[in-house]
Amino acid sequence: MEQIIQQFFNVEIMIKALPLVIKGLGITLLICAVVIPMGAIGGLFAAIGSLSPNRAVRWLSIGFVDLFRAIPPLVLLIFIYAGLPFAGLSLSPFVAVTIGFFLNNSAYFAEIFRAGLLSVPRGQTEAARSTGLSQAQTLTYVTLPQATRNVLPDLLSNVVEVVKLTSLASVVSLGEMLHAAGLVRSLTYNASPLILAAGIYLLLLWPLVRVIARFERRIAS
Amino acid sequence: MTTPAPGTATLEVRALHKSFGALKVLEGIDLSVQRSEMVFVLGPSGSGKSTMLRCCNRLEEPDSGDILIEGDPLTGPGVDLNKMRQRVGMVFQSFNLYPHLSAMGNVTLALRRVQKKSKAEAEDLAIAALAEVGLSDRAGHHPAQLSGGQQQRVAIARALALKPTVMLFDEPTSALDPELVGDVLDVMRTVKDHGMTMLVVSHEMKFARDAADRVIFMADGAIVEQGPPEQIFGAPTHDRTRAFLSRFHG
Amino acid sequence: MEQFLDTFLNPVVLAKYTPAILQGTMVTVILSVLIVLCGIGLGAGLACIRAYRVRLISFVIVIFADVLRALPPLVVILLMFFGLPNVGILLSASVVLFIVLTLVLAAFAEEIVWAGITATPKGQWEAARSTGLTFTQTLFHVVLPQAMRMVIPPLTNRAIAITKMTALGMVIGVPDILGQATTAQSFSANASPLTLAAIAYVVLFLPFVIASRWLESRFASPGA
Repeated sequence: MEQIIQQFFNVEIMIKALPLVIKGLGITLLICAVVIPMGAIGGLFAAIGSLSPNRAVRWLSIGFVDLFRAIPPLVLLIFIYAGLPFAGLSLSPFVAVTIGFFLNNSAYFAEIFRAGLLSVPRGQTEAARSTGLSQAQTLTYVTLPQATRNVLPDLLSNVVEVVKLTSLASVVSLGEMLHAAGLVRSLTYNASPLILAAGIYLLLLWPLVRVIARFERRIAS
Repeated sequence: MTTPAPGTATLEVRALHKSFGALKVLEGIDLSVQRSEMVFVLGPSGSGKSTMLRCCNRLEEPDSGDILIEGDPLTGPGVDLNKMRQRVGMVFQSFNLYPHLSAMGNVTLALRRVQKKSKAEAEDLAIAALAEVGLSDRAGHHPAQLSGGQQQRVAIARALALKPTVMLFDEPTSALDPELVGDVLDVMRTVKDHGMTMLVVSHEMKFARDAADRVIFMADGAIVEQGPPEQIFGAPTHDRTRAFLSRFHG
Repeated sequence: MEQFLDTFLNPVVLAKYTPAILQGTMVTVILSVLIVLCGIGLGAGLACIRAYRVRLISFVIVIFADVLRALPPLVVILLMFFGLPNVGILLSASVVLFIVLTLVLAAFAEEIVWAGITATPKGQWEAARSTGLTFTQTLFHVVLPQAMRMVIPPLTNRAIAITKMTALGMVIGVPDILGQATTAQSFSANASPLTLAAIAYVVLFLPFVIASRWLESRFASPGA
């Protein structure tokens, strides 16, 4: 017991790690602030494309989504960060992370928006078009608001996934929270910094997980 | 199972009380149904007739009172509820067929898992029950492949196959399209003709008049009046009954 | 173009490292199958236990599911891999990866199956209980088969997302596809092994992604 506390819950080491971990948290949140809106917008376009009457657009969009749902984000990230330099294209860790997560994340957002758009009854579009709204107006004012509402829990749970995903950036030495905690761990040979980081992730994400669970229950009933 | 003493009612309800929170739904129901009798329960919505029926196999837990099947208690300590429920068949308004099982699977499930019958024996009984409701050719169909009326007849077969002592019908035709009601009522009449004891909550007035042995009128959680159908429909003594029936005669 | 092929699809490098990547593919496949079977089995089991609504037990299950859904798997992997040896528990990298991803999938599967159980109409319980089936018999013969059918699409999606995370094993030295590819890439000073890895993942997972799309359209309620 003593040993477990010493190795996992060592307050002294946690305090030492805190400044670096907090700095890492800042980078984690920065990645989120960039990747979530980008992914959502990219996903929305891919979703609209996947429902397009134009066959080429439709298949291109579905192909994009399926491809990036099949490739693990870490593979994508390492390919961009460690593979592209061989072709003379060196990217900073932050840019590599942004591109990799954008591609991965758009695919997931696309699937959610697609399900949302499909959940809106066809009559809604017909009613909107019959009053003279253009296709874009119908999407903006009628279909999309309803679609977003219908899949709100899924959108939120994807946001949780993105925050968790940022931990992968540690692999390419971008100093986000897990990287910072891992660094202190390797210097002290003590797992407490990782527990500290885990605690902060929980603090950040547990409320969201609860909110999503509540949402889902309301929709189910 | 022992043969009940002569004079013992097939289903007996004594001083049944039930509340949902502050709302009193049943305020002392006394009722006995004799062997092979078909008793029809009428009443406005909210009169407690469905709750009364659901207490008779304890899908609703009574607050107080006794329920006896051929003299054997359904309530009280030491009652093997699942064993007793074998003796009380139930048919629901919304059929409640298991969508993942065929008609045959729906009927055999309790035969096999509760009555521990062999597969072959259970299937023989199921085929007999499905034949009684006129659906022996639909044994392999899943609920989604059957019409509403056929689904309800499978549900009747599911209850019938367990050879219950008494069957409860909770608005069995209310969820059906009008043209499908007749088939279900025909099956109910066949079941009655074969000697089944039946307690039916329903709004099928004409069927009640033609087929019921006794009609009970309920209001505000109590039995207001009861008697043979000619009397209840022809010469109701109570104002509430008259008011209720006049709405159906238009 | 030639330089591009030389860098990303170099035939010499590919020939040399394909066997290693194939070996890695076997590791990924075996780990994935084990994680899916154990994770969904454990998650469904927990959801069933929760159906009995014993307050304390349900509470523990909810906490388990919440924590593992809120923590990044990589954090848990590092914690177990680097932390446990300090208290005398030595597990191989593959075992750590298997345990963590199984628990994460179990957490998600528990929530998904539980949602399916609660979404099964009350009338199904009543019909089964009225024929004398016990609670447990009703759960296993009537409710669970319907619940599982309902949740196949979200469960498939989640299983794909989490088995893809076997790539995280590379960080602690699991010789899976990505692990083999990064080793090969540093030896060969060429990006082709990474390309091969990406192709291997696409070949492995794309059929499931497409299947999940098909499942979703098939299981979508016609009324929606």
